[in-house]
Amino acid sequence: MSMVDRLANIDRRWIFLMMGLAVAVPIIYIGITGKTLPEQPTPLAQAAFDELDKLPPGSRILLAWDFDPASEGELGPMATSFVRQCCQRGHRMYFLTLWPVGTQMIQKTASLVIDGFYPDLEYGTDWVDLGFKAGNEAVIKTIATDFGQMFPNDSRGTPIESIPMMDGIVSISSFDAIVNVSAGYPGSKEWVLYAATPYKKPLLVGCTGVQAPQMYPYVPLQVQGLLGAIKGAAEYESVVNAWVRRDTVETLLEEAGVDGADAGTLTKDFFDDPEKLKSWLAEPAAGGLTEAKRASLVQAVQGVEPGIFLEAQRRMGPQLVAHLLMIALILAGNAVYFVTRRRGGAR
Amino acid sequence: MSRQAIGLIVVLLLFVGLLVVRAGIGKGMGRVYSERESVAMVQVEIPILDVVEGEAKGTVGTESVWVPAASDDAVDFASADSPRVEWETTTPIKPGTYFQDPSNAAFELDWPRTIGIWVAALFTLAIFSFLYKDNAIYKIAESVVVGVSAGYAMVIGFWDMLVPNLLGKLVPMFVQTHFIPGMTDTSVNWLYIIPAVFGILLLMRLAPKGQWLSLWALAFIVGTTAAIRMVGYIEGDFLSQINATVMPIYQVVEGANGSVDVYSTIWASIRQFILLIGVLACLTYFFFSVEHKGVVGGVARVGIWFLMITFGAAFGFTVMGRIALLAARFEFLFDDWLWLIDPTNQRTIPDAVAVLGM
Amino acid sequence: MLKRNVPLLITGLIGVFLIVANFFPSLSAMSEDFTVFFGIIAAMAFVLGGGSLLKVHLKKISDRNAGWAYSLIVLGTFAITLAVGLLKIGVPPNPGFPDKPWSGSVNADGTAFEWIYEYALKPLSATMFAMLAFYIASAAFRAFRAKNIEAILLLGTAFIILLGRTFAGYYLTGWIPIDGPFSGLRIEELSVYIMQVFNTAGSRAIIIGIALGIASTSLKILMGLDRSYLGGGN
Repeated sequence: MSMVDRLANIDRRWIFLMMGLAVAVPIIYIGITGKTLPEQPTPLAQAAFDELDKLPPGSRILLAWDFDPASEGELGPMATSFVRQCCQRGHRMYFLTLWPVGTQMIQKTASLVIDGFYPDLEYGTDWVDLGFKAGNEAVIKTIATDFGQMFPNDSRGTPIESIPMMDGIVSISSFDAIVNVSAGYPGSKEWVLYAATPYKKPLLVGCTGVQAPQMYPYVPLQVQGLLGAIKGAAEYESVVNAWVRRDTVETLLEEAGVDGADAGTLTKDFFDDPEKLKSWLAEPAAGGLTEAKRASLVQAVQGVEPGIFLEAQRRMGPQLVAHLLMIALILAGNAVYFVTRRRGGAR
Repeated sequence: MSRQAIGLIVVLLLFVGLLVVRAGIGKGMGRVYSERESVAMVQVEIPILDVVEGEAKGTVGTESVWVPAASDDAVDFASADSPRVEWETTTPIKPGTYFQDPSNAAFELDWPRTIGIWVAALFTLAIFSFLYKDNAIYKIAESVVVGVSAGYAMVIGFWDMLVPNLLGKLVPMFVQTHFIPGMTDTSVNWLYIIPAVFGILLLMRLAPKGQWLSLWALAFIVGTTAAIRMVGYIEGDFLSQINATVMPIYQVVEGANGSVDVYSTIWASIRQFILLIGVLACLTYFFFSVEHKGVVGGVARVGIWFLMITFGAAFGFTVMGRIALLAARFEFLFDDWLWLIDPTNQRTIPDAVAVLGM
Repeated sequence: MLKRNVPLLITGLIGVFLIVANFFPSLSAMSEDFTVFFGIIAAMAFVLGGGSLLKVHLKKISDRNAGWAYSLIVLGTFAITLAVGLLKIGVPPNPGFPDKPWSGSVNADGTAFEWIYEYALKPLSATMFAMLAFYIASAAFRAFRAKNIEAILLLGTAFIILLGRTFAGYYLTGWIPIDGPFSGLRIEELSVYIMQVFNTAGSRAIIIGIALGIASTSLKILMGLDRSYLGGGN
């Protein structure tokens, strides 16, 4: 049997094994070395960030977590980064879901990001979990005009009248932006059709690779920011992380007594040349900061991020190798096909 | 015993052997630690102060509230026979936190969650075993998914939708007493008899007789969906998408200093032109009332090319998505179960001083 | 009469009312009632789903069909999940109302129901979908043949997307200056253009086509011309 024949009749389990290794080996490599590939944000990821960034602190953001564990690998990191940006910016967050399992997704992002890194945020004032409602697009259609009708209470059984941040929430129009992380139906398309388009609300979508191509036509008139699959997540994650680090440094400098404009300039200097931070730390101005705050200042400038906020960027490693394998497989499959066909034709 | 079976058993034993070795190296694997906390609440009668112009002038009655047993209010107002409720919670902690202070009495190995990690790992491997070939273990795992997901949706549907939105309107007092004590509006809304009746009619589908009654409920669902979709798709998809296409082909792009950026303007205009041509060509391809011959045929062919590029992009994105899902499963196995990698620093002992050494 | 005409009447009346309500804000409260009713009936559909599951698998077991033991597992796990969830086993009360044992959230951290989700439903459903990565790899080797221009366009686009959406894109064409006249030829830029121009054009045409299809089907259903949902043809 020739090489080509053997390749043509290869047991598909060998291909499975190759795919398994293409994904597993980079995960272990990145897991041990901690190195991730650099990200260059595309305009859509940057637009998603800008949309939330331009809203003043305290804006009301509706976060619809319409996904399940089956697509958490792609969407979980987006959810994490969206919430991180909202928390850092000081937006008020209203979580809800149209998927039964979405309740767990909300709990997970809330416990990871809010409980883990923003413990000062108060439930009911800064964020609220409204839970699941059945009815797919009918839910959106109802809350488009009357929020309380569909959501008489939050997921913990507190009536919305007793939740401070629900004061003034009448309908979709009461929100400043909608963020939707979606794995299918009901999801981004429904939020476009029944909320964002008729009520002219900014809509940011994070969706799976399968949905992403169908969402592009809605940009930029009906959808303002679009994160497609894990690459979109990684780009947005890197934008949010870089901003959070700058924002942290600026806030810490202001805490140390540096005034607003100077803090901005100093922050820029530190990121351009970390050596400047070293000399600044020796100055008396830095004395106002506790040891822990000095440590976080250094970490922010050095680009140290908690691992949870690098999830998407870590996943781009296995992605790279597996994409190359896919291309190699398609090329090999075609080579085998054309060689056998030519041989068949000669016969 | 066949050769294949022996081979399989050898592979399995090798795997178990590796696991045992892994479990014995370093700090082990697949364990969850928790912090045990007991919550005690006590019901106290707190006096309501009569506040006049910001100053307290005596009290006007009392209100009955539940407060944590360790709070100041509890110390001040609770008596021996105040109603008390106690329960325990366990919150998972990072294994690193436990390794740092294993003698802390509040920290313990969390058996239910540890068993859970192992169950989850075995279920993951059970599904992967299908890649080798169909087998009983895979089928068991598959049956569990079916059963659990049906039960899960029913439970969430009941507690999150039927209780607050249906029972809360029809039997509000009952719901308030047992399920949602904070509920304030306890008036009965008789209109909600309608969905209750339709809901029961829907269940008639399961009954041996009178299945046709479920068509009434189906009619409600179909009618609502059709009406919502008709308006939504016309406004959000049809009109808005045409609106987004009918744009000037000449797209002016301004540079940073406010002048026209010639190069970008040309590119943006070309893009807009291609977009317009593409949409029209694809629509021509979809238009079957005219035979695809001559000019129409040529345009339709261009439409096919655009669609092929679209499908190619969709394929690329689908591959991307699938791989991310696989990566997430492997991360679970390597990180949570095998403790081979630790990207989120779960198991490293926190070391605050090291970072200052820049 | 009751079997055919009543459903047609229900569909038509509700549909027409909901459409008309879009034009009269005073009717919006009533149309919200209907959409909430829809949600409630949709939640009842979960019960129907559970009931059908029960029916199908009980029959399999009683007939001793091939693989009936698996049906036993389906029903067993279904019953356990349902019991644990509906009875709120291990759910601590809502801290605001400690004397009401049923007031806590069913999927709070540490409850039995949450355990079932975290350690059974989540790994199982996530792994099921993760398996597709293997099958798509196998299909890539066996099924995608560049036989004609259409197939070449499809595969070529897929390659650009696969390379452009990872670091490989930067690596291969990173030498093209980003602010020069040929920056558009960098693979990652190409992948952006493909998505925003070609894919947008194709998807947009599909969206417009589907929208017209949905609108006309909906109209036919509301007017009673399409009765396929009632079953049994016309």
